[in-house]
Amino acid sequence: MTSAAALGRRPFVPALLGFGSLLIFILVVEILIRVGVINRYIVPMPSQIAMSFGRVISEEDIFGRFRLTFFEALSAGALIAVVGISIGILLYRVNLLRLACETWIAALASAPSVLMYPLFLVIFGRSALTIIMMGFVAGLPPVILKTLEGLSGTRRVLINVGRSFKLGPTQMFVKILFPAALPTIFVGLRLGLIFTLINVVGVEFLINFGGLGQLINDLAERYDLPGTYAAICFVILVSVFFFIITERVERWLRPVD
Amino acid sequence: MAVATSATRLAEDAKPDAAFLVVDDIVKRFETPDGAITAVDHVSFTVRPGEFLAVIGPSGCGKSTLFNIIGGLIDGYEGQIGVAGERVAGPHASIGMVFQEESTFPWRTVIENVAFPLEIAGVKKANRIERARHFIALVGLSGFENRYPTELSGGMRQRVAIARTLASEPKILLMDEPFASLDEQTRLLLGDKVLQIQQELKQTTLLITHNITEAVQLSDRILVMTYRPGRVKRIVEINLPRPRSSDIVSSEAFGRYVAQIWGDLREEASRGMHDDEARALHAGDRP
Repeated sequence: MTSAAALGRRPFVPALLGFGSLLIFILVVEILIRVGVINRYIVPMPSQIAMSFGRVISEEDIFGRFRLTFFEALSAGALIAVVGISIGILLYRVNLLRLACETWIAALASAPSVLMYPLFLVIFGRSALTIIMMGFVAGLPPVILKTLEGLSGTRRVLINVGRSFKLGPTQMFVKILFPAALPTIFVGLRLGLIFTLINVVGVEFLINFGGLGQLINDLAERYDLPGTYAAICFVILVSVFFFIITERVERWLRPVD
Repeated sequence: MAVATSATRLAEDAKPDAAFLVVDDIVKRFETPDGAITAVDHVSFTVRPGEFLAVIGPSGCGKSTLFNIIGGLIDGYEGQIGVAGERVAGPHASIGMVFQEESTFPWRTVIENVAFPLEIAGVKKANRIERARHFIALVGLSGFENRYPTELSGGMRQRVAIARTLASEPKILLMDEPFASLDEQTRLLLGDKVLQIQQELKQTTLLITHNITEAVQLSDRILVMTYRPGRVKRIVEINLPRPRSSDIVSSEAFGRYVAQIWGDLREEASRGMHDDEARALHAGDRP
């Protein structure tokens, strides 16, 4: 147990263990497909997926599609951050609004908003704007709720410190409430970005427009399963980029928790 | 060992030239579902410039309410608070507060925490950093300027909070059980640090505490409060030599003061305990 704890302290060991586990999982899936436990006509072999990357990249304009999906998700992400945090602050400030709206915002968070895509198509047309707005609506509630939770959860003693130094309302917000709430707000942003990305790719898939979602739809309809899974890997890459960006921004705003 | 009754002490404190902080006939009631509770009942006392006064009492005697009233954090009370002849209401720059709970800002380094009041006051960065370093050195935390509170022990964090309050250069340092969450050894050592700071700055200090040894170790006078409603039971003059350190706890005179104050407090603490038990029984009877 002691040696395991010592290994855990070396920075590269957890990363190596994670990567190694993924490789073992892929290898197990490959073997299970090869021996026929998993049907190869439903799940392609990881080796086939790996070989299809070159084809997908060269023939399907993957970087253009990646850029489009990334742009749509980034736009929706920026919107949920700006609008969600602002609404969260407003609800924190105006208790009547909070009492009136908090429950149905929470209900909205668990609603399958993706089903509203026909309405958005009518309003915004078959365009990137529809996809951005769908991503925005899906990702907004967790940001509002977590902003509200973070601000309300600020420890009373920190507010009292601010009061004892005679901070005005703006100073109190900028110097104490917002920094104290930041870790919780970022939990909301991460959740919101997950919902946003799922909806962006999902709506691209449904309306057959845009980036990686549309590509997945195309490849699936062509029954190009290795290509479909390769395209899904690029969606995961978008997600990874988002989480790296979010983490960097959080570290910049609040170096230590 | 000189002991003054509250009546004689208050008569002496009433001299305007002696009083720096005046707490005058404070009454605070709280509305509860079971009716109004008087937390603080006609409490009056004064603190002289450079004096260290401790307010001691059992749980529920209104110590923290008094702390919040003097610091201006709660209103709706009768009576008045005066600092250097000026009546104050609400938070006031003359009064610097140190809280019982951990109150450092976890997102700021030690130096950023200590420089906080100077930042609010609009002091230029270079100047405030220099002044913050001075107060960090004063509480014995030089070398930890760029650490975050999570990297420090509880005692060190409380020293950061004290340095932050001192950086605002208050006329009166108001502390609410600042060492309550620390172990006894750390508490004694931090007491030494507070004595050293008070000696150096001649800082007028009002300490709210329930710890008798801490009160005797640090104070010039101790105000003993009654259990609910909180009233002044007695003011005890502590005639132990200064400068003091934690070594004084082993002296015979120290032991006599502790015994005397415990004698006053025992009755109040017992009342508090019986009251708690009666309330628990009453709550148990409810359907």
